[in-house]
Order: sequence, then structure tokens, then C-alpha cells
Amino acid sequence: MSAYDVIVLGGGPAGMQAAITAREHGLRVAVVDEGGRPGGQIYRAPSDPVRPADLAANADLARGERLRAALDASGADVLTRHRAWAAAPGMRVDCIAPGGPVSLGAAALVLATGTTERVIPMPGVTLPGVIGLAAATILLKAHGVTPGGPTVVAGVGPLLYAVAAGIRKAGGEVAAIVDLLHPADWAAALPGLASRPDLLARGVRWVAGLRAAGVPVHHRATVTAIHGEAFVQAVEIAPVAADWSAAPGAPRRAIPAASVVIGHGLVPATEFARLLGVPHRYVAAQGGWVPDRAPDGRAADGVYIAGDCAGISGAAAAEFAGALAGLAVARDLGALKPARYAELSGPVRQALARAERFGSAISRLMALRPGLARSIAPDTIVCRCEDIPRAAIDSVVAAGARQMNQLKSATRCGMGPCQGRSCADAAAEIMAADAGVPREQVGAWTARAPLRPLPLEAALGSFSYADIPRPPLLPA
Amino acid sequence: MRIGDLSNRHPGRSPEAHPQPPPWRRDPARAAAAVVALTVDGEAIEAAAGQSLAVALALAGRLLLRHSPTAHTPRGMFCLMGSCQECVVHVDGAAVLACLEPVRVGMQVELDRLDRERAEP
Repeated sequence: MSAYDVIVLGGGPAGMQAAITAREHGLRVAVVDEGGRPGGQIYRAPSDPVRPADLAANADLARGERLRAALDASGADVLTRHRAWAAAPGMRVDCIAPGGPVSLGAAALVLATGTTERVIPMPGVTLPGVIGLAAATILLKAHGVTPGGPTVVAGVGPLLYAVAAGIRKAGGEVAAIVDLLHPADWAAALPGLASRPDLLARGVRWVAGLRAAGVPVHHRATVTAIHGEAFVQAVEIAPVAADWSAAPGAPRRAIPAASVVIGHGLVPATEFARLLGVPHRYVAAQGGWVPDRAPDGRAADGVYIAGDCAGISGAAAAEFAGALAGLAVARDLGALKPARYAELSGPVRQALARAERFGSAISRLMALRPGLARSIAPDTIVCRCEDIPRAAIDSVVAAGARQMNQLKSATRCGMGPCQGRSCADAAAEIMAADAGVPREQVGAWTARAPLRPLPLEAALGSFSYADIPRPPLLPA
Repeated sequence: MRIGDLSNRHPGRSPEAHPQPPPWRRDPARAAAAVVALTVDGEAIEAAAGQSLAVALALAGRLLLRHSPTAHTPRGMFCLMGSCQECVVHVDGAAVLACLEPVRVGMQVELDRLDRERAEP
């Protein structure tokens, strides 16, 4: 087991900055990431060579390249294609790497695991050709690839317009944008959005370009069904109320389409923090369950949490939160004197607070409203892995279940290979609505290792059968 | 569909029954990359070096990667970041997530293997 001072889980903006900062103070650092290169989602590394013109045209790409270069130069061990599946106090992190199982040890652990995308299901969402909004950003940024044929871009948040504009720029076809928000929702967020005039201007350019190209935008509307046998053929949309519920009698409209890109906001990826026993609170405006932690990121002995996995506030804020966590680790491991820590962390805290104004405005816009999950039809598949329909959740609540763990053991909802990452939010919303209780009362599924599916040999480690002690044979 | 019903399991394998969806495309303005040759269910396809297998499969028109284990509904890549586990395929005999697997020269990819094993025990 290799020994480090600090292991950083996740190589996005928070993780890269935490690692760079910890290295600046002489700590031995490992960064663990599932992807082929560090960057995370916003600063996703392209799969093909970057040309100077690409950097000039794309601020996120340029920032990502700068951070990757700084991380490379920092001397941190960057362990890409390492899929962490367990963490334990001590600290110990177990991963699957291309060459087999790897266990890492360190005095401290920085969780910078980012988010998972929320997709509240509707009939047909499991069809091939339907992908997440975040998935579409990966397609576009990493691979320059557009979905096939007319594409409906649906859900909530600035990614709708970023992805639609990106698809058009890369030569794809956007059939329509279906936005849960009303223009008035966007207008109400303006004071927060104006704290980053550059990002606001970029958003305005996306919308203006789409409007000039004649792309239809349906505001305060949702996708109620995706039709097709083995592939997408049409998308059905309906208007929604302010709480995002689609009235059963409201007029439906069919849009011919071959691909659908859909996402209903971002949820902090808290599985490692929950596995480590960090207490969490439910804060809808920050994306859902968020870990309790000190302002410097410290959540428990040796455990620090930074970036969107501690509450959605965006890439810019994540960088500062990562730097702050890196400083806190250096202070707690004795590499940074308290006075020097105070001196260095003050400006970072101020920058973080400024960046959070924009990020929080976006996060509040994307916060899930109760009508969306309430409108899920009884036969809609909620748990993709186990094919569990909404009706199964309803019947378990009718029988008296009030906790997510009860739902899981009664139906297998959330028990498949994704471990409930895809369906937890929708399932919890349905349970809470059916039971008539606040969302936080139904709790969350207990996090258990392995957090990712793993080959049996990885869990067993290497051994020889001859080394296993055997009881002596009974006398004949 | 009745659970265990084996009809209509492999719409991706019978193009006459289900018309192919429109092609997914790579932006021609992107920098060129080296070509990597691999096989999918024995059929040769080409991918660009650096691509993930999921993206290479989509560009080759192979959107349908597997069927769900219980209701046997068709599935394809969904989150592209290693979370949803929908894009499991077999590469040289081992189950992998296509979205996190880089393409390699000569890799032999098999789609929907678990479903086929259930259909042909």
C-alpha cells in the first residue's frame, strides 16, 4: 500500500486545485480519477490534440489546459483510470486500475467527487439515443461528436443552451429546446448571474445564436414521453405549472426527433462522504444532501470536502474551495503554521464567496421542484438497473414504508449496478410525495462499499490456494 | 412484454425489422486523429485514437449496447461518465464500461452478451 500525505478523490477543478496547493506546501499527493485525463466535466480534456485556435475560442478549455499543466508540474501522482470503490478512516482508498487492484494510504483525504446528473424519468427515457445533458457536454468537449438526427435538448439550467449551441456549432441539428424554466425565472436570477459578466454574456450569446437560427424554445414545458421501439422517433412535450407538474389534461405536442439530451439539474456526489460517516443535511437549493463541514472544508478527522460534492456552486467556486481544502490539509498536517494559513486562506475565502454568488444563483435555478417527480406515470421505469416502475414505489409506501432503505429492501430499487446513483433522487421524491412528508424524512440509501462494481479478484486480492490454512483431515 | 419472452430481443441485429437511426457524427473541424481498427461482434469498425469505446460505437451506428436484465428493454450509453453503468459491453471477454474504456487496436467488442447467454443457455 503506497503512502501519501493526502489522497485527492476526483481530478476536477476542486481536486486539481487541492492537489496543486497541497504540493506547494511540500505534501506527498495522489490524485485519483476515473477518467483518462484530469479535468472533470467543465474542464474536460479533449481526446484530440489542442490547437492554439481552440484555446482562443474556448475559455473553459484554456482554463482546463492551464490547470492540467499546473497539476503535471506540481509533482503530484496523478492516477487516472483509477476507479475508487472504497474509503476508510486511516485513510485508505481502494481502487481498480487498468493493471488490477490498487490500495492507497494517506494521513488525509480530500473528497472532490463533483456531481451526478439528476434525470427525473418519463416513459422512453431508457431508449438508446437518449443521453444526459452532462453526457452531451462530454461528447462535445472531449470528442467533438453530435447526437444523430434532429435532437431535442430538454431539462433545466444553463447547460441546455450551452449544449444546444454546441451541437449546432459542431454540425448537429437541434429540433427544439424544452426548458422547465420561464424567462421570468432567468430574469429573477440576474443579480446573482451578473456577478460573472463574462459568463452571463456567453449565455446571452448562446441564446441569441439559437434564436437567430430559428431553434424553437419551449419555456415552462417538459418532456412527458419519448417514443420509439429500439430508437428514438418522437418526443412528447407538455406545459408545466410553476412547480413543474404537468397537468394530466394539458395539451401534448409531438416533436419528431432521433436523439434526446436531457437533464434536470445536478446532485452532489456524496457517496464517499456518507461511507465515511460524515453527517449530511438536505438543502434543495444546493442540489440535495450536502455534507456538514467547516468553512475550510474539514468534515471529520482527516476528511476534507471541496467543490460541487459539498453543494452545487460551479467550477469557479470549486477551484477556490479546492485550494482552501489544500491549505487546511497542509495546516492540519503541520506543513503550514496557523498564522501563515490565516494569511494565505483569507484571500481565497473572499474569492470563493464571490464565485459562489454566481454558482448559487445557477444552483437555485436548477433546484428540483416537487411537481416534476409527482407527475411520473405509474408504469414509468424509475430504477433503470432493476426495471422498477413508479407503481412499485407507490405500493411500498401504501404498505407503510417511510424510509429509502425500506424501499430498497422491498423492491430492489437502487440495488443494481449503479447503486442508486441514477434513481435515488426520483425515488425519494416519489416516496416523500406519496407519504406526505418532507423530502429529508425519507432519508438516503446507506452507502456501502464497493461503491462501483468490481471484479471479484479485485476484492479478494492475490493469493495462492496453497497458502490458505486448512483444518487437518479427520482421522479415518 | 412477458419476462423471459425471447422475441424481439435483438432489434439492433436485424436492421430490416428496425430502421437504423440517423448517424452520430464527429465535427469535421476537429483535429484529425490516428485511426484505430477494432471489431464489434466480429464486424470491423474504425475509431479515432483517444476516443472512448462508447463514442466509437455510437459513431459506428451501434447505439443499442444491451438489454436490461429484467424487462429486456433496449439500452445504450447514458451518462458517459462511469456512473449509470448502462454501457457495459464485453471487451476481449471481460465486462467493461464502454464510456471509460479507451479504444485500442484489435480490441474485440461483444454487445449484449449477458442477454444472449440468457437466450441461449
